[in-house]
Amino acid sequence: MVGIVGYGAYIPKYRIKVEEIARVWNKDPNAIKNGLLVYEKSVPSLDEDTATIAVEASKNALKRANIDPKDIGAVYVGSESHPYAVKPTATIVAEAIDATPELTAADLEFACKAGTAGIQMCMGLVESGLIKYGLAIGADTAQGAPGDALEYTAAAGGAAYIIGKSDVIAEFNGTYSYTTDTPDFWRREGKPYPRHGGRFTGEPAYFKHVINAAKGLMEKMGTKPEDYDYCVFHQPNGKFYIRVAKILGFKEEQYKVGLLTPYIGNTYSGAVPLGLSNILDNCDGGERILAVSYGSGAGSDAFDITVTDRINKVKDKAPKTAYYLERKEYIDYAIYAKFRRKIKM
Amino acid sequence: MRDVAIIGYGQTKFGELWERSFRSLIVEAGVKAVESAGIDGKDIDEMYVGNMSAGLFVGQEHIASLIAEHAGLNPIPSTRVEAACASGSLALRQAVLNVASGASDVVLVGGVEKMTDVVDATSAISSASDQEWEALFGATFPSLYAMMAQRYMYEYGLTLEELSMWSVIMHENGSKNKYAQFPFKVTLEQVLNSSPVAEPLRLLHCSPVSDGAAALIVCEAEKAKEFVNEDDIIYIKASAQASDTIALHSRESITSLKAARVASEKAYKMANIEPKDVDVAEVHDCFAINGLILMEELGFCKKGEAGKAVYDGKIAIDYDGFPAINPSGGLKAAGHALGATGIRQVGEIYWQLKQDKEVKDRQVEIKNGYGITVNVGGTGGTVCVHILSNKK
Repeated sequence: MVGIVGYGAYIPKYRIKVEEIARVWNKDPNAIKNGLLVYEKSVPSLDEDTATIAVEASKNALKRANIDPKDIGAVYVGSESHPYAVKPTATIVAEAIDATPELTAADLEFACKAGTAGIQMCMGLVESGLIKYGLAIGADTAQGAPGDALEYTAAAGGAAYIIGKSDVIAEFNGTYSYTTDTPDFWRREGKPYPRHGGRFTGEPAYFKHVINAAKGLMEKMGTKPEDYDYCVFHQPNGKFYIRVAKILGFKEEQYKVGLLTPYIGNTYSGAVPLGLSNILDNCDGGERILAVSYGSGAGSDAFDITVTDRINKVKDKAPKTAYYLERKEYIDYAIYAKFRRKIKM
Repeated sequence: MRDVAIIGYGQTKFGELWERSFRSLIVEAGVKAVESAGIDGKDIDEMYVGNMSAGLFVGQEHIASLIAEHAGLNPIPSTRVEAACASGSLALRQAVLNVASGASDVVLVGGVEKMTDVVDATSAISSASDQEWEALFGATFPSLYAMMAQRYMYEYGLTLEELSMWSVIMHENGSKNKYAQFPFKVTLEQVLNSSPVAEPLRLLHCSPVSDGAAALIVCEAEKAKEFVNEDDIIYIKASAQASDTIALHSRESITSLKAARVASEKAYKMANIEPKDVDVAEVHDCFAINGLILMEELGFCKKGEAGKAVYDGKIAIDYDGFPAINPSGGLKAAGHALGATGIRQVGEIYWQLKQDKEVKDRQVEIKNGYGITVNVGGTGGTVCVHILSNKK
């Protein structure tokens, strides 16, 4: 069965607190923290971008997979902050991990769910026998306009998954996607920051797609929330995540391990891949996971995953997600503005 | 002038109706009104629609034609009426005058607003204020009403707790209204601790941005008997309107709404009743402070005393000896789909006076048989008052 052969996480070490952003814009930090359930977010350094995050995460995935990178037949990088408008991030990653030249590679964009779209593409190519291994990465250095509500959450990070058929650490029991044309959040070509439909991003967008994808998959698999040991959903903020988990009937012990946004912000394409990597770091063979991404525009990919006993052999071969969560250095808004190139010279 | 009655009413749910279009909302309300009156489309002689700003909200003007077409009512005359948030009741007033004059026997009057298709409704709503002297300087309706509240608190010693109790009662009533945008209760603490909007107003002192539509069937009083039982006919005893300066700063007082006072005095005279005869009222609480000010302008209490009356729960549905105010939940809890609000207010009073099953969970005791509505445009530049009765 197709599954995960290796996985790896990466989160930049810099953090900025909600209080610091709120201080600059004269907002009430407690209202934001309570409203969004976000306390701080990760910030990429001047020399960190989606390519460097994707490479770091992929290297960690390779350490766990212990495969010859030349056996990787496809590299897909899902992001909405690719460094180039034209010229792939995926080729940079492929070159950096020494997977070139016999492979296919492409960049994907579907707001926050391009990473899971890449996983699905790799699943198809592996299942059909066209490739031995596929590498799918979700990574972002998300943009939030100064003063916009997104500025409190738009963060950086990513995770990489090597998909294959042998020596898997987790099996995909099934996947299901739910997609409509719903313009809740967008960024036009050439524009530095995205725009969003405010409250429209909630009910008809995030909740509708995540709930329908989760329910669709559980119906397809004949499962119920209690059949899963863990669940993870896209997490634009902590509040949406917990609400959708409760609506679907999941309990705190199922959803808490996958929830990272309160401490690193919304890592966009990296959000579900990172939440899932934290679950894999903490689970045992035989445990079952429901993972549902969400990308504005809009769509959700749901995955039913069962972890194999092999997980405990590979967990410690690369830095765990917790290492990156705990490795942090706080910066003020001025440094943040410099790192995020908000200061124009 | 002929007597005028209401024989049917229908409304959509109010709320963030993301999957509903402008035209589908008004058609739903219209069809429900026609069905409740037991009339046929061919019985309708003319129609009026209250709408504040379809042009800014959905990019559609010429809505009178659009709605007549989609309601299947071509080629009857169809007219749009606009007076900001008072558009709905002004449309009703045109229908009343039309029927009273003998020009028509049966008129469909609707109100509709589709506000959630725009990312930020603020600039469209601000077009109801004085663009040159208010909006261009950054004043928005929350800030204008906040200034009214500040001054009112200063002049009359109104407390934030008294002001907040308005919202508690509105949500209590709205929790019994299936069409309400917020059909749930809130506590005084929740109101007091909700996000600051414009000092002293908190989020839960403000009505929301809403999609919704409502429609009434207005009919000549004698002809009404052809369509519905005599007991189900509710008569329009007064339709009065007044104007004031569009800009708040041009007023003699910003703690009163002169146009509301003028229109309600005129309406009481037309209906030949006094404020004490009113069983139930629907007042325009776009912000909680306006609910209090309108209680005073309608003569339910003396200037400066509304806050205490509200805090003591006198406006509640089950309180004896004071008009029940906003059994629907008001604009605060039922929602405020601008052009539809004036019609929805009258629709609530229509249901209350005929003791319709639609309001069985929030039925006010009807003793004298009179109900009143007050619908406000802007900060009071236009006010329209209707008095309804179950007695001819």
